Amino acid sequence: MTTLTIPAGMPQYDDKPRFDVERVRADFPILDREVNGHPLVYLDSGNTSQKPRQVIDAISAYYAEHNANVARSVHTLGTESTEAYEGARAKVAAFIGATSPDEVVFTKNATEALNLVAHAFGPHADDPRFRLGPGDEIVISEMEHHSNIVPWQLLCARTGATLRWFGITESGRLDESNLEELVNERTKIVSIVHASNVLGTVNATARITARVRQVGALLLLDCSQSVPHLPMNVVDYDVDFIAFTGHKMLGPTGIGVLWGRQALLDAMPPFLGGGSMIETVRLTGSTFLPAPARFEAGTPPIAQAVGLGAAVDYLSAIGMDAIQWHEKELTAYALDALATVPDLRIYGPNVPVGRGGTISFTLGGIHPHDVGQVLDSLGVQVRVGHHCARPICDRFSVPALTRASFYLYTTTEEVDALVRGLDQVRKVFA
Amino acid sequence: MQLDQLYQEIILDHYKHPQGRGLREPFAAGVHHVNPTCGDEITLRVALDGRTLSDISYDGSGCSISQASASVLHELLRGRTIDEALRVHTAFAELMGGKGQVVPDEEVLGDAVAFAGVAKYPARVKCALLSWMALKDAVAQAVALEKEEV
Repeated sequence: MTTLTIPAGMPQYDDKPRFDVERVRADFPILDREVNGHPLVYLDSGNTSQKPRQVIDAISAYYAEHNANVARSVHTLGTESTEAYEGARAKVAAFIGATSPDEVVFTKNATEALNLVAHAFGPHADDPRFRLGPGDEIVISEMEHHSNIVPWQLLCARTGATLRWFGITESGRLDESNLEELVNERTKIVSIVHASNVLGTVNATARITARVRQVGALLLLDCSQSVPHLPMNVVDYDVDFIAFTGHKMLGPTGIGVLWGRQALLDAMPPFLGGGSMIETVRLTGSTFLPAPARFEAGTPPIAQAVGLGAAVDYLSAIGMDAIQWHEKELTAYALDALATVPDLRIYGPNVPVGRGGTISFTLGGIHPHDVGQVLDSLGVQVRVGHHCARPICDRFSVPALTRASFYLYTTTEEVDALVRGLDQVRKVFA
Repeated sequence: MQLDQLYQEIILDHYKHPQGRGLREPFAAGVHHVNPTCGDEITLRVALDGRTLSDISYDGSGCSISQASASVLHELLRGRTIDEALRVHTAFAELMGGKGQVVPDEEVLGDAVAFAGVAKYPARVKCALLSWMALKDAVAQAVALEKEEV
């Protein structure tokens, strides 16, 4: 091996935060299994992440030792459950730099979090920031997951407001060229994706934030694909809401997060009605608790919150800076490796800058279903289809894409297995 | 998994050289079906001569399984009576729903027996059935239109 000397004054190798990938992998029991006679190569973390032993054990221990309902029992188990649930909320708040755990609302997923915000808007909202009707505008982008499109379409249909969107440039970046016109005095909220689940693009938000503040609109970032992969601080980002989901960040399914500024959450009407969210209920009318309880009707996902708390602990112990750097190196390696595959075209930035470890591509005229099937026969798990982001496929005139997405446990050897698998795909369909 | 069970030569042949592809006139009824989970699409038309399917024309985009299935359907059912076609349809639907446990009758299904392996892959069954469901829909519409005209 050649010894590389980095000149003094340049950033040194050790300056970058690092972790031992093999040690991390040892924490994930599923990574030991085989698929179709081959070692599992899991390249579908953008869809859902795998879970470390620490998270699985935390959920199991909660059920085995503490299980009870929260926020209503005087008994010991109820108190322990409530502490575990609220403890998870505090962990999540710290993880994203929230000023208070009360700004963290647990939902069932990111989709519900986005719908919750959309439902706060209406023609009769008490707070003018959420009052919406004909002539008002909502801005999204062509890069959104369906979950950040459809709730706004439904809201526009209910209120007569107009939905508008940022386009995507040929290289897969958000097209901000018409920012001044697109985000204007009529705009009530801009709701855009932070990291694209298809293109891998990580959107720079500073210019958009500045414009949103200028016109007095609200800003929501869909962080489903960013919070799991990079350090997030909601104060630094100067946003009003973020939405993300537990299962993409080593946690269980069934729990998502809406973070919102306290003052905004307090100004929003309830979403779902029921137990746990009320102050008093009389048949003639009810009053509601402040956030976050106001938005958590019914028995919440308690064990899932505990699992998410354990996931946050796990990620924090490794360090989000280190995870981001690992994925950056891996993405650079994968972009180079995929460039060697004939007829392969990447959709999204083809440089490892301003992008994460999610790479979508086509392979000649071979349909992604067929690509995915052959890869599966080799143990390589990728996502195929339109990735719940049909407008992106339309933008690039492709019916479907194959997507490989990485996480902290992904290795360069797995990228090699993908590239070898793609050669096999080309042989079958030659 | 045995990949060649899924991608039998017959399927790859039909995929690479589709039979009867392209939309033709005249037609009694046309339908457009999509598979929302993967975006596969097919537009399919049937032409009737009495009770005979005088033509089945189609165009679409999708994976090898969905495209080959449309090609096989065209070859197998064009020129058959509606009743015969629906019998074959039933046999094909049974094969696809059989989780790999149904032994296909080559007398009835012809080249479509090659799809027996697909039945073991639940995620792909819908691909194979796309054009067949479109055909059933188109035939039903054609028959309904005919009754209206009488």
